[in-house]
Amino acid sequence: MNKNRNVGIIGVGQSEYSSHREDVNQPEMIHEAIREALDHAGMTIDDVDCIVHGNMELFEMVHQPDLWHTLGSGAYGKESLRVTTGGTTGATLCCAADQLVASGMHDVVLAVGFEKLQEGHTTGGITNMADPLWARQLQTGALTGMTAEQVINEFGEERAKKASMKYRIIMDQHAMKNHKAHRRFDLQWDQAEDLMYTSPALVGELRMIHMCSQSDGACAMIFASEEKAKQFCPKPAWMKDHITVHREECFHIFGDAPVLMSHRYAAEKLFGRNGIKDPKKEIDVFEMYDPSSWWGLDWLREFLLFEGDEHLKMVENDEICIDGEFPINPSGGVIASNPIGATAMIRVAEAALQIMGDAGDHQVPKTVNQALASGFGGTMWTVLFLMTREIPW
Amino acid sequence: MARRVGICAVAQTTIEQNKWYERFQGMALEVLEKLREQVPVEFSRHTGKPGIDMAISVSDDVFDARTISDNAMTDVLGAHFGCEEKVAQEGIQAIYYGLAAIQSGHCDQVLIMGHCKESQAKSRNMVTHVAFDPFFTRPVGLDFCAAAGLQAQAYGEKTGISDEQLAKVVVRAREYGTKNPQLPEVSAVSAEDVMASEMLADPIRALHAYPVSDGAVGMVLAAEDVAKKMTDKPVWITGVGNCMDSFFFGDRDLASNFALKKAAERAYKRAGITDPRKAFNVIEISDQYAYQHPMWMEGLGLCDEGRGGAWIDADGPNKARVNLSGGMLAGNPMILGGLFRAAEAALQLRQDAGAHQIEAAKTALAHGVMGPAGQFHSVVTLERG
Repeated sequence: MNKNRNVGIIGVGQSEYSSHREDVNQPEMIHEAIREALDHAGMTIDDVDCIVHGNMELFEMVHQPDLWHTLGSGAYGKESLRVTTGGTTGATLCCAADQLVASGMHDVVLAVGFEKLQEGHTTGGITNMADPLWARQLQTGALTGMTAEQVINEFGEERAKKASMKYRIIMDQHAMKNHKAHRRFDLQWDQAEDLMYTSPALVGELRMIHMCSQSDGACAMIFASEEKAKQFCPKPAWMKDHITVHREECFHIFGDAPVLMSHRYAAEKLFGRNGIKDPKKEIDVFEMYDPSSWWGLDWLREFLLFEGDEHLKMVENDEICIDGEFPINPSGGVIASNPIGATAMIRVAEAALQIMGDAGDHQVPKTVNQALASGFGGTMWTVLFLMTREIPW
Repeated sequence: MARRVGICAVAQTTIEQNKWYERFQGMALEVLEKLREQVPVEFSRHTGKPGIDMAISVSDDVFDARTISDNAMTDVLGAHFGCEEKVAQEGIQAIYYGLAAIQSGHCDQVLIMGHCKESQAKSRNMVTHVAFDPFFTRPVGLDFCAAAGLQAQAYGEKTGISDEQLAKVVVRAREYGTKNPQLPEVSAVSAEDVMASEMLADPIRALHAYPVSDGAVGMVLAAEDVAKKMTDKPVWITGVGNCMDSFFFGDRDLASNFALKKAAERAYKRAGITDPRKAFNVIEISDQYAYQHPMWMEGLGLCDEGRGGAWIDADGPNKARVNLSGGMLAGNPMILGGLFRAAEAALQLRQDAGAHQIEAAKTALAHGVMGPAGQFHSVVTLERG
């Protein structure tokens, strides 16, 4: 790739995440995030050239909601683009904003992703994704127990369940440091044993405690050209590269042939073209889209290109903790807060905050030179970002 | 200076009122196959050879009644282990995004594919009704047609445009539509037919409104060096621009063309156009309702402000070569208006427009509109390679 020009992330804003944001309507909620992003970047809406907007419109059943949200997004009189790709929407918005700036078309682009899941029915909405004739009867929405089953089969019930619960509790401990996070249970280690057997089962060994929330919330980010980034921000997080990989089918239906996951494929390509040989050593923090603690656990292996049980050991040895060797989701991750159209953007935003050193109480205690963020959605779709503290080119 | 981007291939399905016999994936496959007849469309990412780097689909979840409806498009778009992104706005915005993706350096080739089946919804007004905010305006019962009625009244008040003049727009659109093989169902109408047709939202009559339509349209964009290898008649994208107006009608002057003027200004500036009236050999505008045909031409600066009616009487549409394809009034799925317009403009520049082809057009303008009473406008300018 020969990028036309450098793009820096210079502002991040997030609304409060909650199961019910009845105190605000959609434009007001978006405005909360945008206001904070503008303040963070030290600019006003007049400095913004273009607004990129996205969510999953069937959830709230507002047709082309960017029209209404003009009231809160500041899009009046500006250029705009609306992009949506399911769970990956927030990540795709970052790709779009990056490209709009890199192309030279705009100097400052504000991206906003949101969801007010309280106003719809999440699982019903996701089930509607499936083909109405052949597949809708089989769809379980976002709830799938397959990964739990696989991890248990591979590593044995006790070790798998313990590792999954440990991952869950670490995420909750991170969420406790993030005052915007939706679910903050203050889980203690001695609850693990009890929860892994008593938490209500959703599908197989995927239990309520393992699964992400449905949240209301919005995330906004400001992307700027190198010149504008340096003018407004003393320490931008630079967008180095991103890759989008979709799979057509979630499940493998052709017998026992090995399944190539979009996560692994994306990571191999992205690391390859950026000269990353040992991702665990070369990357300082990873904000991963982890819809459940089973998926979070399993996907570590895919993204970090491990074989065997290295990913389990990382969890068992506390390496993924905020002060560990390879911190995962210092924000608390998707398990804590999941406003779907924003969720993937929050990963990119949180990774950027870590590079900028602006993550507050959940800032990792080391300099972040290189960060990774991932989005997930659809039938195993991946968007993967590489961001740096030093200007890339 | 970012590199030039060309439209290298253009294809569409027929536009019909009810393609009950075809799923949206089937419509897209038809378009993809037609594109492949024109240029090599390769999805060779596994081999490292050049090919489509990014597919942009255009559709709308509510029209499709499927969450993440692009999920069902992955295979038709060749996006298995590749990149697909969905523009859920007016379809011409896919060109805006495709241009940025190529100029950014991320991609060399982009596939655009839009589909819409308005026939699947019991009434498209049910869909556009939910574009209004749930608290204040939705209870009023507005939809995009009713909103257009309010704008048509405001425009009529400002310009004094007559029912006869509006009828002329429709008669002309239908006449051109009969020459367009992509519109097999279009029949000619008389001015009397138009003026006697049922009132939908005063002063908009049934024949003033574009017919419910199903169809798909696609194109291949490529960076200049790739485009030149792909085709000997690329169409360069010279300018793009768009603009969002306010949402509440109380905050807007409905007859002002605020957003269209700004969108056009931006596109002209990027294209280096100083006199739009001399700049285009062919123009394709999204005239969803008859009044919009003169009104948008005013907004584009191609007709004197407030003189739309007189412009129609003076044969303005033919002189300016507007909507030789028939335009939306002859048939066009709602969210794909601008993308179909751009496709038709590109076909003219490529001399591939068939029965409605004009001689040696070098430059063109395509326009798309979305939202109640033209809240959001997009303009794309094109030039033959």
